[in-house]
Amino acid sequence: MNFDYSEEQLALQDTLRRFIDKEYRFDQRRTLAQSEDGFSREVWAQLAELGLLALPFPEEYGGLGGNAVDTMLVMEVLGRGLVLEPYLGTVVLAGSLIRDAGTLSQKDMLLPAIAGGELLMTLAHYEPGTRYEMNHIATTAKSTGNSYLINGAKSVVLGGNDADKIVVSARTGGGRRDNDGISLFVVGRTAPGLIIRGYPTQDGSRAAETQFDNVEVGDDALLGTKDGALPIIERAIDYAIVALCAEAVGIMTALNEATLDYLKTRKQFGQPIGRFQALQHRMVDMVIATEQARSMATLSAVRVDSIDAAERRRVVSAAKAYVGQSARSVGQAAVQLHGGMGVVDELNVSHYFKRLTMINATFGDTDHHLGIFSDLLLAD
Amino acid sequence: MDLNFTPEEQEFRVAVRSFIDSNLPLDIASKVRNGSCLGKDDFVRWQKILHRQGWGATMWPKQFGGAGWSAVQLYIFDEECSAAGAPMQLPFGPKMVAPVIMAYGNRSQQERFLPRIVSGEDWWCQGYSEPEAGSDLASLRTKAERQGDYYIVNGQKAWTTYGHYADWIFCLVRTSNEGRQQAGISFLLIDMKTPGITVRPVIMIDGGHEINEVWFDNVKVPVENLVGEENKGWTYAKFLLGHERTDIARVGRSKAALKRLKQLAHREFANGRPLIEDQRFRDRIAQVELELMALEITNMRVLLADGKKHAPGPEASILKIKGSEIEQMLTELMMLGLGHYSLPRSFEALDAGARRQSADADYAAPLSGNYFNCRKVSIYGGSNEIQRNIIAQMILGL
Repeated sequence: MNFDYSEEQLALQDTLRRFIDKEYRFDQRRTLAQSEDGFSREVWAQLAELGLLALPFPEEYGGLGGNAVDTMLVMEVLGRGLVLEPYLGTVVLAGSLIRDAGTLSQKDMLLPAIAGGELLMTLAHYEPGTRYEMNHIATTAKSTGNSYLINGAKSVVLGGNDADKIVVSARTGGGRRDNDGISLFVVGRTAPGLIIRGYPTQDGSRAAETQFDNVEVGDDALLGTKDGALPIIERAIDYAIVALCAEAVGIMTALNEATLDYLKTRKQFGQPIGRFQALQHRMVDMVIATEQARSMATLSAVRVDSIDAAERRRVVSAAKAYVGQSARSVGQAAVQLHGGMGVVDELNVSHYFKRLTMINATFGDTDHHLGIFSDLLLAD
Repeated sequence: MDLNFTPEEQEFRVAVRSFIDSNLPLDIASKVRNGSCLGKDDFVRWQKILHRQGWGATMWPKQFGGAGWSAVQLYIFDEECSAAGAPMQLPFGPKMVAPVIMAYGNRSQQERFLPRIVSGEDWWCQGYSEPEAGSDLASLRTKAERQGDYYIVNGQKAWTTYGHYADWIFCLVRTSNEGRQQAGISFLLIDMKTPGITVRPVIMIDGGHEINEVWFDNVKVPVENLVGEENKGWTYAKFLLGHERTDIARVGRSKAALKRLKQLAHREFANGRPLIEDQRFRDRIAQVELELMALEITNMRVLLADGKKHAPGPEASILKIKGSEIEQMLTELMMLGLGHYSLPRSFEALDAGARRQSADADYAAPLSGNYFNCRKVSIYGGSNEIQRNIIAQMILGL
């Protein structure tokens, strides 16, 4: 048993951290958040150059063959920098779907393009009014012989406004909440009948509502087994959850550093406010919550690659629920300890807090995942 | 990054398990599993069994008769002991005074005391706290005055766990009033049979007798029982605190308790269904399990990091705070799981006809008592507030 990163991992972390510190300062990030795209295509190209976009893909497709621990390490640094670039949607979500379910030619066509930074993608899965239900899919894909016609709506598609291609889930069989009968298709953003309404999110990134009106795709757009996509989607979303947990840990670590610094420098009553025990103990609780969250995020990253689906479900839901609780308390405490400075736009603290809060609402919140974990106790 | 145990560690676990299976006395295991009070004999019997196996002091270096195990081995051993219902190894001898004697005691002290600790012959207790010196330990006033070849000790120690069983007590005593309070403290080993020592029981919240007051009235202690140098005791005391840590998170104990809590939730009934099917109660179990999953990893992270630098760090305070909170959550849930049957203090008092179906006296009776008793774990060994002060100062530099 060891918790050490390898030399290569440490080198990657170091390179990325230096890049973020130098090229992704908070003021630059604020400008990007308000730009048309909501992120920088130059930065995206630089991330490609650093090898980040190739990280989880097999070497024969231009990848680096990394695992979920590598992704964890990257996401922690991206969290620290509040990076807006669509890494989660493109590399983690769509990337793992294609890697795990794609045909040889799909992998050949899509993975090197993602790795090279030429292709932005995302997953459109959840639908209006279904909250976090994974199998509640009303969007349909009707076979016409050698093509499919897709009809339906998808909500809060991460990075959906900028994605060149969208992986969309749709029913090819079964009833509205059946586990079977769900399939995945790769759809280009310019496909006739596809309407994408993009918008900024609370944390400064971008998402979109999408509407599919008789969008026609060829047979070769089918990704993975027909009718059997749910387990593949669950696994991809589990990878994304693990990545979000790591991002949250990176943010909490940065918030703790900022807050500790503030406690040591901000003076009231003629002394640094960090001299006051009430504030010291609150700061200590932030540190403890962060270390516990780091443990849980690490556990989920190590287990998500290697275990059977049931155990993966248990550990990933445990991590999402627990990291979510820690993120909430650390985020709220950081704002509180910064006083008025915690609630202004000018300082990064409020931005970190907003990102943590939005992470909690993504792919199932704390209550949702605590419920899943709790229900598994019935079988214990 | 690898969270798996190595094949050697897994073999080690099998060996430990099979040893415990065939050597742990059933009467002791049953008391531990039911949360009943253990007597001195229970602890000593188990210690002697471990000693015969060469496992009497698993955390000690081999040169002093220990097993010389790694942090991971110690953790596995603890987890297996907890799961099987072995008594907790009391810390006072092997984990507290022994490391101080090894590091700062002279050769004759090492030869005299260490073998009797590992064999279970000597029972040690700790003489630190006093009525006026709790969290502010350095203000202690128990006095030791040098007279020829003896120290004459006068004063009172408080909260002395199992002082009524002890053969020896290791004491922090005041040998000087010069300079800082910390600079006038010495570390003295005192034979509990010495004339002038009085042990008075203090009955705990659950009615049990674990702790005592120990009074010293002109107690003559040979100078050879001083550890290290006079007035350097505070340094040794701080060193000792760091060695109490291998089991400070109590992950193994809490995993066993969580298992018992789940069994209880399957056995008890609410609204005609097993209690586990009550979502509110089930969610509370889930919550404590999450905390424990995280602590298990945090504990290993701290243990493995320590193994590299060989110096105990203030991170142990994180383990103490979380570990005690989890233990308290678990004991509380076990009590709550009994509903109004948490009220009776003893189930023997209930008429057989009125005794409920779902739970028998054996497992239900001590649960409320355990809840009350367990409030101590966030108070002793440096209260959780003191632990937060330590983290604030030592880790955060506040």
